[in-house]
Amino acid sequence: MATAAAHGAHDAHDDHKPSFFARWFLSTNHKDIGTLYLLFAFCAGMVGAFLSFGIRMEMEEPGLQYFSNPATYNVFVTGHGLIMVFFMVMPALIGGFGNWFVPLMIGAPDMAFPRMNNISFWLTFAGFLSLVCSLFVEGAPGAQGAGTGWTVYPPLSAAGHPGPAVDFAIFALHLSGAGSILGAINFITTILNMRAPGMTLHKMPLFAWAELVTAFLLLLSLPVLAGAITMLLTDRNFGTTFFDPAGGGDPILWQHLFWFFGHPEVYIMILPAFGIVSHIIATFSRKPVFGYLAMAYAMVAIGVVGFVVWAHHMYTVGLSLQTQSYFVFATMVIAVPTGVKIFSWIATMWGGSIRFTAAMHWAIGFIFLFTVGGVTGVVLANSSIDKYLHDTYYVVAHFHYVLSLGAVFIIFAGVYYWFPKMTGRIIPEWAGKLHFWLAFIGANVLFFPMHFLGLAGMPRRYADYPEAFAGWHKVSTYGGHIFALGMFVFVIGVVLAFRSKVRAADNPWGEGATTLEWTLSSPPPFHQFETLPRIVDEPGHH
Amino acid sequence: MTNAPQNRKLGRTALACAGFAAGMLGLAFASVPLYDAFCKATGYGGTPRQGPVPTAVAAKPGDAMLVRFDTNVAPGLGWKFRAERGGVEAPLGETQTVFFHVKNTGPTATTGVATFNVQPELMGGYFVKVECFCFKEQTLQPGETLDVPVVFYIDPAVRADSNTAALSEMTLSYTYFASKNGQPVTAALDRGGTVPGRGNF
Repeated sequence: MATAAAHGAHDAHDDHKPSFFARWFLSTNHKDIGTLYLLFAFCAGMVGAFLSFGIRMEMEEPGLQYFSNPATYNVFVTGHGLIMVFFMVMPALIGGFGNWFVPLMIGAPDMAFPRMNNISFWLTFAGFLSLVCSLFVEGAPGAQGAGTGWTVYPPLSAAGHPGPAVDFAIFALHLSGAGSILGAINFITTILNMRAPGMTLHKMPLFAWAELVTAFLLLLSLPVLAGAITMLLTDRNFGTTFFDPAGGGDPILWQHLFWFFGHPEVYIMILPAFGIVSHIIATFSRKPVFGYLAMAYAMVAIGVVGFVVWAHHMYTVGLSLQTQSYFVFATMVIAVPTGVKIFSWIATMWGGSIRFTAAMHWAIGFIFLFTVGGVTGVVLANSSIDKYLHDTYYVVAHFHYVLSLGAVFIIFAGVYYWFPKMTGRIIPEWAGKLHFWLAFIGANVLFFPMHFLGLAGMPRRYADYPEAFAGWHKVSTYGGHIFALGMFVFVIGVVLAFRSKVRAADNPWGEGATTLEWTLSSPPPFHQFETLPRIVDEPGHH
Repeated sequence: MTNAPQNRKLGRTALACAGFAAGMLGLAFASVPLYDAFCKATGYGGTPRQGPVPTAVAAKPGDAMLVRFDTNVAPGLGWKFRAERGGVEAPLGETQTVFFHVKNTGPTATTGVATFNVQPELMGGYFVKVECFCFKEQTLQPGETLDVPVVFYIDPAVRADSNTAALSEMTLSYTYFASKNGQPVTAALDRGGTVPGRGNF
């Protein structure tokens, strides 16, 4: 990356902060809003984790142990999915780290529209409340909550859920979607217009690139979801028949619209992680990232191709052979830019002087596990194999390897990497490493057996199953316990960091950490870069 | 941040972004009629084509396909609905007429509307309906019966498509739903053909 020639931007001005209420509830400061997003993501993630724990407890043995009504089990599955996607991963990676570090990395004083930034956060928060409300009102007959799965397919989400729970869930998506679109507009405007003098797009740090591509994906895909759920809402309440064959509608249209959003959505969740892992690998290899331009444009390519592969989620709806062939091919093409990224991360480490810090553990763990998830993704891309594996635990294993072990690992990697910068405190390295090993072993024990379950024919979204699947389900649940243990270590690490008197240096990682945020104090001043840093080109530094 | 040209620049970018978002929202709604038109034009998703349509391929003599009929009545509509035959051996390219019987077995006058589909869905592009009773609201008095014809033929081009070249059977499925927008029909209304849609049977 380019290096800042100007320092001293942070020591010249007064650093005075507004009162508590004004600072946290009316916040217009990108760092405070980022902190709010991270705290919110942690709390929502705990709720989502509680729901997944319910799922794993139930699946430990065949028969119904904890859920007398399987519809309630489906509500847990749905709540877990929606919360983790919309209220944990997205707020953490985009709202949290994006708000915190995009302005710092590009040398901007704040986001372009600080007040809109505040609105984005509170819309997301309101969306979460609406989703929580949906858990406590009737959905399917005789059960509370929306048990539609995060895909909300009609007719189950229309005729199958006469109660208002699905309406609350739809409002939750409306609200958080509006928040995300506003956030995306903010990111695009900030990144395109407010880079420090001398920082061209081709000198911009990869995390900013990742957030830029992500923001465009949000901008183009979320309105389609908003439209689709609005149609579903009117189908449910106002007698329209967009997805109801009784009036000439087609439930398959929902699947097209949903996955036109849903597929870019999975890249929305993973691209910011790609950006973060690039910085961590480069920092702890003490080398600039290998193939900077290829890395940036690989993310652009993933974003573009991500819009034309949606029907690979729909191989079983009766597409013609030619259509299937196209979607198989287009899906496999995504493996090429993804391969470029994985290759470049490894090439960055190659010959570097590697330091195995906690953040580096998480980053390398991510590369390994994301590659496993990517390989099963290539398997599932084949329509012929997918017809056998469609809606089985193999799919569950696949997307948890790329999301739970991909995006979530990088959220933790980002926390361990940037915690000293954000708070000025230091999480003990042993805590980060112990947390990593518990999470790494736990997550693999949790999700790897799901491949076997899926290949053996275990379908998703069922509370009960035949005796034959019991063994691997039990192993899987044990993995969940190990992973949960890691979360306690994380919390202990954070508590120790705040109790310790040790303070982080401006750049605790030393040589290798070359992006602009490390030129500021830890934590950064309330307002930074009042004198814009100038970026001078140094050969070999990007 | 505070200078006017910079603010104008920010505003322009934000406006362009908002335009993109609004455009995608519009596209989501535009996709409904587009998808419908696409299905009708290509037979995608098992949507039979409304004929007659020109065909480029001549039928091989004796080449026929068994067309089965499937009739359903959705819950909430007290009707009986069946085809006069379970199926028909339809020579490719030849027009077939099959009658369907509908009877209102409920105690009140009710309005229904039929939708249809073919299986395998890939046959949608080759199954041509010359005349049908689909998407026409139909009101039946208690005990009233009705015979409705479906006139169709199978486009011989079916044999030129590698997806369907080897098929020997297909199913035409109809479902009667209670009409969502059904208006109550008064007994005074002339039953002889002025009920909307009746004339097209």
